[in-house]
Formats: sequence, structure tokens, C-alpha cells
Amino acid sequence: MGVTLSVHADAGRRRIEELLQENEEPVFKRWLEIAGSSSSGHVDRGSLIGQLRELYQAVHQSLGESSDSSDLRGLLAELSRSRARQGFTPTETATVVFGLKEALYEVVENDGSPEALRGFVWFSRVIDELGLFTMESYAAAREKIIIDQAEQLLELSTPVVKLWEGIVAVPLVGTLDSARTQVVMEKLLQTLVDTGSEHAVIDITGVPAVDTQVAQHLLKTVVAARLMGAECVISGIRPQIAHTIVTLGIEFGDIVTKASLADALAHALRQSGIEFVKHRGTRIAVRTVEE
Amino acid sequence: MTTSDDLPIKSNSDVVLVRQHVRTAAVNVGLSLVDQTKVVTAASELARNALVYAGGGQVRIEIVNNGIRKGLRLAFSDTGPGIPDIPQALTDGWTTGGGLGLGLSGSRRLVDEFDLQSAPGEGTLITVTKWAR
Repeated sequence: MGVTLSVHADAGRRRIEELLQENEEPVFKRWLEIAGSSSSGHVDRGSLIGQLRELYQAVHQSLGESSDSSDLRGLLAELSRSRARQGFTPTETATVVFGLKEALYEVVENDGSPEALRGFVWFSRVIDELGLFTMESYAAAREKIIIDQAEQLLELSTPVVKLWEGIVAVPLVGTLDSARTQVVMEKLLQTLVDTGSEHAVIDITGVPAVDTQVAQHLLKTVVAARLMGAECVISGIRPQIAHTIVTLGIEFGDIVTKASLADALAHALRQSGIEFVKHRGTRIAVRTVEE
Repeated sequence: MTTSDDLPIKSNSDVVLVRQHVRTAAVNVGLSLVDQTKVVTAASELARNALVYAGGGQVRIEIVNNGIRKGLRLAFSDTGPGIPDIPQALTDGWTTGGGLGLGLSGSRRLVDEFDLQSAPGEGTLITVTKWAR
């Protein structure tokens, strides 16, 4: 970069700084207007004013001699994060930053000096950079939310419940991939140890499709449970799943499978020597006879 | 009426997405519940094959019409290593990826029409069709 150019650039930069200082009120008001209209209904005006006031100070500071923008970046990252969490769109978030450019442009136009225009080009580049930074923070925050949710879902979706003394059940819901099967298997095996159960029921009523991978995962879980001395029953095989499994050619071998969880529980109870007897109750019929 | 839908297969979550799209399309075509499950399972197998053996690929989901019946056509394509021995790959129990070895052969049984084009180094194109009854 030539010396003259950098002198010009410096003059422009100073002019912008002056303009930001002198016209703080009108620029700020216009900025608030732009930022407010893009995110109407989402945010209360009071907190928006507070956020923008802080940002304005930080922008001004970062343009100064020290040119320290770490404060500004921190504020922007915080703004993007909170907006991502509150469900703002990327446009709504970015417009907050880009709005300052538009707000300042009106002042620059009124000023009309070459320094101011030159400075505005530079300022515009700074704002663009900050806008991109905002977008990056926003995307990172969204990504984090998604990862957190996926983890929560993994935790949520794999309960091991006790059906009876010595009988536990795992109701599986949704897609069974390797990660989930791993969690299910670990939880089931641990529960078998903790409760001293000898029977486990894996219920797949909530699994939409059983392909070879799911079947393989199920088989491995059953074999692992067997190694620990527990018998597994797979229940919740719906007609269409049974049809598909047969056509695919998957064989479950000597693993007991049942159509419903109730059948599986009855089977496990029978295996553990518990029998139910149906009592025939005395029925009393009450009838009113109209004369 | 022909509608098509192109989906990339790049990760395990894409396989889930393919399954969901295929299920929606199968409902639109009017397949029975058993046939829906069959075609969704076949899609799941073939999508996973593309992911595991070719590192990814794509699928085109098409609703087709042969004048009498509506059907669902799925075309899985990848630019992976291809299949050197197709008859062997279509044998029950044959696997090079540690699975059950039923994905490809089972998928063929799950659908009405099955077409496999592949050569070593040239990727694989599998087109399957399921007709509504």
C-alpha cells in the first residue's frame, strides 16, 4: 500500500470516527429504527436500545487509536448467541450489524467530503467483516444447540424400565443407529447387573423400519445379554415388519420374538415360573322393572 | 404426473432423511402399509450401501406411472469403487463390510424391479421400482 493512500485512508478513518462522535444521536436513532423494524415482535425495545448502545460504544472504541476490537467481538458473539437461541432468523441477526452502515451513510452523504466518502468505503469493509463474524457466531450457536439436542435425545430415548421382579424392558422408539444401539446396549447390560434380572424384553413397536443394520444391532444386543446370563425377548414386531424381515432374509434363529409387549411379559413370567390364574368373579345383575 | 426429488447421501443422518422422504413418497403413491415398509427398508439398505462402500452418493426419488399403476422409482448412484463381481454381491450372506450380507440381495426381493449397473472404478447405479397394487 502506498504512503499517500494510507494517509488518505487514515484521514478517511479519522473523519468517520468524528462523524460517529458528532452525530451519535441521529445515527443511533436511525440504526435503532432499522434494527428494530427487522426484528419486530421478537424483542422488546428497551433491551434492544441497551444492546445497540453498548455496540455503538464498542464500534466507536474499535475505530479509535487503540483499534481494540475484542470488546466489540465479544458483544457481537453474545448478541448472535442469544438471538440464535431465541429463534431469530439469520437475516434478522445480520441486519442489526449491517443497519449501522445504512444509518451512517445518510450522515456521510450530508457531509459530502471526499475524506468521509473514502472513510465510508473503509468503514463499510469493517462492518462487512463484523457481519460475517456475527453470522459465524450465529451458526456456531445454532450448531451447538443441535448437538445438545441430539445428545439429550439420545439420553431421553433409551429408558430401561422394570416390568416385574427380574424382568426389565427397553422400549425403543425411532431410528436405531450404531450410536443409539451402543447406548441401549450399555444401559440394558448395566440394568441387568444392577437389578439382577434374568429376563429382558426389547420392544421395537416404535422402530419404523427394521433393516439389516438394525437387525444386526438387535442380534448383538441379545447375544451380549445372553453372555451375561439373561434371556432376551424381542417384542413389538408388527405385521409389515415381519413381512419385511422375512423378505430380506434375516433370521432371528432361536431368539424368542413376540407381537406385543404383553405377550413378551407373559412369556417372561412363564419362564420365571410365575403363573396367573383367572378368577371367575360372581356377577350380580341389577335390573329395574318398570311397572 | 411425475415428481422427482434428489437427495444427497453423505452421512448417517442423510440415510434417515432418505428413509423419511421415501416413506412420504410411498404414501403419496398409495402403496399399502406392507409395501411402504418394504420400499423404505430397501431404500435404507441401498442408501447405507452407497455410504459405506462408496463414501456417499445420491438418490433420486421419482413417482412413475405405467398407464395402469402408479409406482415409486428410486435411483441410487455413487462414484465409488464399483462392484467387481455382481452375482457374488447379490448372493445371500456375502459381505465385505461386516454386515449380515443381506442388504443388496434382500433389497432385490423387497422391490418389484431391480436394476444394477456397476463396473470396477466406475461407480454404481441401482434403480428399483415398487408398483402400487
